[in-house]
Amino acid sequence: MYRETSIVNESTPTPFSGNGESDMIINVGPQHPSTHGVLHLIITLNGETVKKVEPHLGYIHRSIEKMCESLTYRQFIYVTSRMDYLSAHINNHGCALCVEKGMQLEVPPRAQVIRVLMDELTRLASHQLWWGALAMDVGALTPFFLAFREREMINDIMEETCGTRLTMNYMVPGGVMSDIHPDFQKKVHAFIDHFKKKIHEYDELITDNIIFQNRTKGVGYISKEDAISYGMSGPSARGSGVQCDIRKLYPYEVYDKLQFDEIIEAGGDSFSRYMVRIKEMKQSMSVIEQLIDNIPEGDFQAKTKAVLKLPKGEFYSRVETARGELGVYLISEGGTTPYRIKFRSPGYCNLSALDHMARGQKIGDLVAIMGTLDLVIPDIDR
Amino acid sequence: MGFIKNYLGEVLGAVKSLATGMKLTGKYALKHRKEKITQLYPDNRDTLLLPERFRGEVVLIHDENNEHACTGCTACEIACPNGSIKIITKFDLTPDGKKKKALDTFVYHLDMCTMCNLCIEACPTDAIKMDQAFEHSVTNRNDLIKILNKPGSKIRDGVE
Repeated sequence: MYRETSIVNESTPTPFSGNGESDMIINVGPQHPSTHGVLHLIITLNGETVKKVEPHLGYIHRSIEKMCESLTYRQFIYVTSRMDYLSAHINNHGCALCVEKGMQLEVPPRAQVIRVLMDELTRLASHQLWWGALAMDVGALTPFFLAFREREMINDIMEETCGTRLTMNYMVPGGVMSDIHPDFQKKVHAFIDHFKKKIHEYDELITDNIIFQNRTKGVGYISKEDAISYGMSGPSARGSGVQCDIRKLYPYEVYDKLQFDEIIEAGGDSFSRYMVRIKEMKQSMSVIEQLIDNIPEGDFQAKTKAVLKLPKGEFYSRVETARGELGVYLISEGGTTPYRIKFRSPGYCNLSALDHMARGQKIGDLVAIMGTLDLVIPDIDR
Repeated sequence: MGFIKNYLGEVLGAVKSLATGMKLTGKYALKHRKEKITQLYPDNRDTLLLPERFRGEVVLIHDENNEHACTGCTACEIACPNGSIKIITKFDLTPDGKKKKALDTFVYHLDMCTMCNLCIEACPTDAIKMDQAFEHSVTNRNDLIKILNKPGSKIRDGVE
């Protein structure tokens, strides 16, 4: 039995009375970590209608926040790649920003531009994987391979410059770990040219597809007010008309000098959330195009001491990951390791709205709702 | 009548949108067959080129005289976030009779390494580097604990 007896009691099925009125509880997941994540949902069903969704967490909890307390300011950044592994660069970026804030360190302009370029490439790769996985969730297998074809190009670019494909640990306090590869600009240009020619396929295959539209339009509605009160952020909240792009509201690095739009869709349903991400890919490409030929010369890393020490105090930094707002809250006691670190992960708050969205919907729609929320479970569980 | 018109229009639109998608898939099946995006991995081992920065495993660089540049300063051991590196030092006697700290054994736990590159960044003498080898599977877990300095190797002259 589950420990939360009150929850179980509340949704205990009434004995089958034969009139079809009884509730049924089914468990969805936890599946293998590499499929979608080890999310366990306890769903109360009445026929095919979802009455209640209770996410159960903890299957991939690695106590990252506690681990960070015993690691130095240089070391703890690598662990954060394992939170939201699809936007590893942006997680590292948030942590590096927080340490820099504490040390009052000025990042060289070249490093800032490289960081933003890497962030946007990561965002593109993440949205591509999301697109393929969402299409697979709602029953189309081909798009997954098309999405991975483009994502592979980004992974190759990352592999060449950072040395790894998924868990980069490339952003360090004071800049980036190494300078960009000589072929970096050429390859990014090739990728942008390729993706511009292929992005219409995304619309042809999925966006305009009538089956997909019927499965997502009007499904999983959440109003603007509810999205705000659940603390949703990122593309999921922008699909409900909430203005929440950290890159626009609290610009970091060079984002305030760039021309790009914050995509907002007022629909509030799964299709709006889908459209936000599709349009965001085009915006990310425009950001990359603005920067790729204008990388300033200079150092890629500020001069720092071998052992970093932060003054006593509390520091907070926020970045926009592919899934929403990541907040890094750091308390320093003046030593070489943080006293406490708290991550405000976007996925956790977005998941909390799942129950609200799914109530009254059909069980088949639950998959579409989860897909458009773009959940990454290691980010939720940490 | 209006209802039937709308219904038929919807059906027509649906068929059209499905045909668009099918056309694209069909195009890939017929036209783009030469556009290969996958690799025949185990067969292309000889021609497989990995980027020079690829983080496969940590190696201690030895030159042709079996000499390395590791002074045994343990900077990499301190920089490692998960204790994959253990440096065992010894004291060598210099010709003028003084004791000098030197590397005895460079123990590297590949099973714990997360390829974060922090040890390479920390090394003051550039004695270690990341190697491109990525086929790490072994049948015995203890095979993943490696001793990086080759037998009989010694520190290169002039490296402090």
